[in-house]
Amino acid sequence: MSKIGVFICHCGENISATVDVERVAREVGGMEGVAHAIDYKYMCSDPGQTFIKEAVKKYNLDGVVVGACSPRMHEPTFRRACAEAGLNPYLCEMANLREHCSWVHEKSEETTEKAIDLVKMLVQKVKKNKPLDSIKVPVTKRALVIGGGIAGIQASLDIANTGHKVILVERDPSIGGHMSQLSETFPTLDCSQCILTPRMVEVAQHPNIKLYTYAELESLEGFIGNFTAKIRLKAKSVDYSTCTGCGACIQKCPVKKIPSEFNAGLGTRTAIYVPFPQAVPNKPVIDRVNCNYYKRGACKICEKTCQVGSIQWDREDEIVTEEVGAVVLATGFDVKGADFFPEYGYGKYKDVLTGLQFERMASASGPTFGEIRRPSDGVIPKKIVFIACAGSRDPAKGIPYCSKICCMYTAKHAMLYQHKVHDGESTVFYMDIRAGGKNYEEFVRRAIEEDTVNYVRGRVARVYEKDGKLIVKGVDTLLGGQQVEIEADMVVLATAGVANCGSEQLAQKLHVSYDPYHFFAEAHPKLKPVETNTAGIFLAGACQAPKDIPETVGMASGAAVKVAALFSNDELVREPLVAVVNRLAPPLYSTCVGCFMCETACPYNAIEHEDIRGRDGSLIKTIAKVNEGLCQGCGTCVAFCRSKSIDIQGYTHEQVYAEVMSLLND
Amino acid sequence: MDKKHKVSDLQSHTGVEVMRCYQCGKCTAGCVLASDMNYPPSYLMRLLQTGTKENYDKILHSNSIWLCLNCENCLGRCPMEIDIPKMMDYLRTRSISENKMHPDSKPIIAFHRSFLDSIKHTGRLYEVGLIAAFKSRTFRFAQDLNIAPMMYLKGKLHLLPEKIKDRRHMKRIFAQTIENAKTETK
Repeated sequence: MSKIGVFICHCGENISATVDVERVAREVGGMEGVAHAIDYKYMCSDPGQTFIKEAVKKYNLDGVVVGACSPRMHEPTFRRACAEAGLNPYLCEMANLREHCSWVHEKSEETTEKAIDLVKMLVQKVKKNKPLDSIKVPVTKRALVIGGGIAGIQASLDIANTGHKVILVERDPSIGGHMSQLSETFPTLDCSQCILTPRMVEVAQHPNIKLYTYAELESLEGFIGNFTAKIRLKAKSVDYSTCTGCGACIQKCPVKKIPSEFNAGLGTRTAIYVPFPQAVPNKPVIDRVNCNYYKRGACKICEKTCQVGSIQWDREDEIVTEEVGAVVLATGFDVKGADFFPEYGYGKYKDVLTGLQFERMASASGPTFGEIRRPSDGVIPKKIVFIACAGSRDPAKGIPYCSKICCMYTAKHAMLYQHKVHDGESTVFYMDIRAGGKNYEEFVRRAIEEDTVNYVRGRVARVYEKDGKLIVKGVDTLLGGQQVEIEADMVVLATAGVANCGSEQLAQKLHVSYDPYHFFAEAHPKLKPVETNTAGIFLAGACQAPKDIPETVGMASGAAVKVAALFSNDELVREPLVAVVNRLAPPLYSTCVGCFMCETACPYNAIEHEDIRGRDGSLIKTIAKVNEGLCQGCGTCVAFCRSKSIDIQGYTHEQVYAEVMSLLND
Repeated sequence: MDKKHKVSDLQSHTGVEVMRCYQCGKCTAGCVLASDMNYPPSYLMRLLQTGTKENYDKILHSNSIWLCLNCENCLGRCPMEIDIPKMMDYLRTRSISENKMHPDSKPIIAFHRSFLDSIKHTGRLYEVGLIAAFKSRTFRFAQDLNIAPMMYLKGKLHLLPEKIKDRRHMKRIFAQTIENAKTETK
């Protein structure tokens, strides 16, 4: 017969004020299999824990039930006490008499009876408990960072500076991301590239960082501490080991009219190209879609120009495999193009730009060398209209959320325009000004008060072209809906920030959840903003939601600390409360029928296949096996299993039935 | 600001920067006369911000600037410390000089004139003189006539004015003020 010890806590008066704790101890003490039952004022205190330890030894207990507060609060405390007394910690259970009973009920007979029931249930459960050992998983101390924008750069540098190796994968030919495209940054108006490029160089030169540009993640398998990443290195067609980055090939390339991605389509580039002069690495790649040789089989001018013979026409995509222990997702965001807006001309008016295009125009390294000129005729616009919330906060367009950065960059754009075109007139149509952040509100007020930007509260209904002017039809809602019509030379749309293309597929590859807008989902909106619900995969920057540079950098450093904390252990210790497929041995057998419903149900990819073979080596059947490293103990597979072959350790069918039956048999 | 707000010299005359207003509406919320005004104070600020001649004329033609009592509730509460009463004073001057006064302004201007006349000539408020001047200006002879006897019996109305000693001094103050105003508007 089992020997269970029951310990009822008063929790000061938290429990004893409404529950007759002495009666609980007395009644439970009379149960079959209960060897010892006491109550005490503070069970979690040192003397309280000593009671438990002494009782375990004195009565040779094989199970402990503590009736106290929430197990969230003190289960580790009491399990540790049991372990110190030589009892397996998973033979200790807690009945929550505080949150589930005393705090939510009045003092009454029924309250005490409920408390008795709660404790009795756990006594029945603990009789069925089996000793469990915590799971130990080794850790590969190397991190994979996906995305080489400011988030990925910051996370990589921070992890690398803790002494761990980092693999940084970037889809484009250069790292830098959106921040490298920006002109000046709010609220200080310091040049974006000037603060970013030193960090890009630092990444390239850091001994702990291995940089893969023009590469994409092919697949990720494994679990926290033990991931295997396959990375596709797209064929650059240029041998980087010999290329000197002299740029002669770029100058001679005859295909010159390709819209430049870096300049948001405002400028052009060649087929063999470096995205921008400060690129890291500053070596070209060949765009095979547009290259004459790959299209028609003839040209090879770059090869003739190249003095070191770096052009490699037959180079193919390469897959490299890297073992990593943690992953930081920093894939960033994208902005909607002007073609998303029928009411503003579907992008067919050349002088209707997106914020990102204006950013390139205002940048000294941009297509106009920092001068604000109309793309249609190169004339400096004298009247410019900025439209905030273009797409954002527009459920009809499928983007009900606020893109967060537009209010600030629109104020900055208008300010930059006023600084560059002194006799110009700028108008901003806005719905609200959301300038939450250090020095942000002051920045917007400066645009309005000092730089004379005309802010009009109201959305623009339409933009259309008439006699070479863009007619903007808006409203001033602060004047009771007075219509405002402006003949503008240029219109800039603060288009919505959206998830980067391919983020949905990437999330599925990594088994990371994402929201309806394809931004990656954090594990907890407040307390776990950089974790995902897949252990070992962390988030940084705008891939989680649109955010500005300071916030992105902060988040990236946060993710880096999480990675560093993970790497500070040689092996990970996990609670053994994971799913197991039952095995009956000998002979090595299982009730599992191998339907693998569990595999389709598991959100963590933790179900593996295992062959059961006879003595002669012949296959008897293939059954499911749970990977302990991946399993989070959610129990979905248990609910799905048709042959009841899976159990969660610590919450087996047998244990839960025992709990329920104790209630019914009373 | 100046380039866009040429329609008014408001800022150079009063120091009021209309662009500072962020339309929170606190002035209107606390204004005792807002409900009687054509445009409540915050709306008036927004009209000024647009900087158009059309909206500026709307203000000069409105009764808002005349109904304003200069109680300074708005100024006392404004988070941006915008001096609306001072602005109202200026707008009234402009309304008169451009002859754009709202009909509601007639009795108000008549009262102000009568009041100032009394001060100018006696140095004090001479009630009977004020009433007579106001009524002769507005032809509102019957207004409040019924309460006159009671006021007289209670000693609130003195038939003869009480005068200060140095009335020439008072006249000089008036002359000087008018002279200053003229040079300012130049």
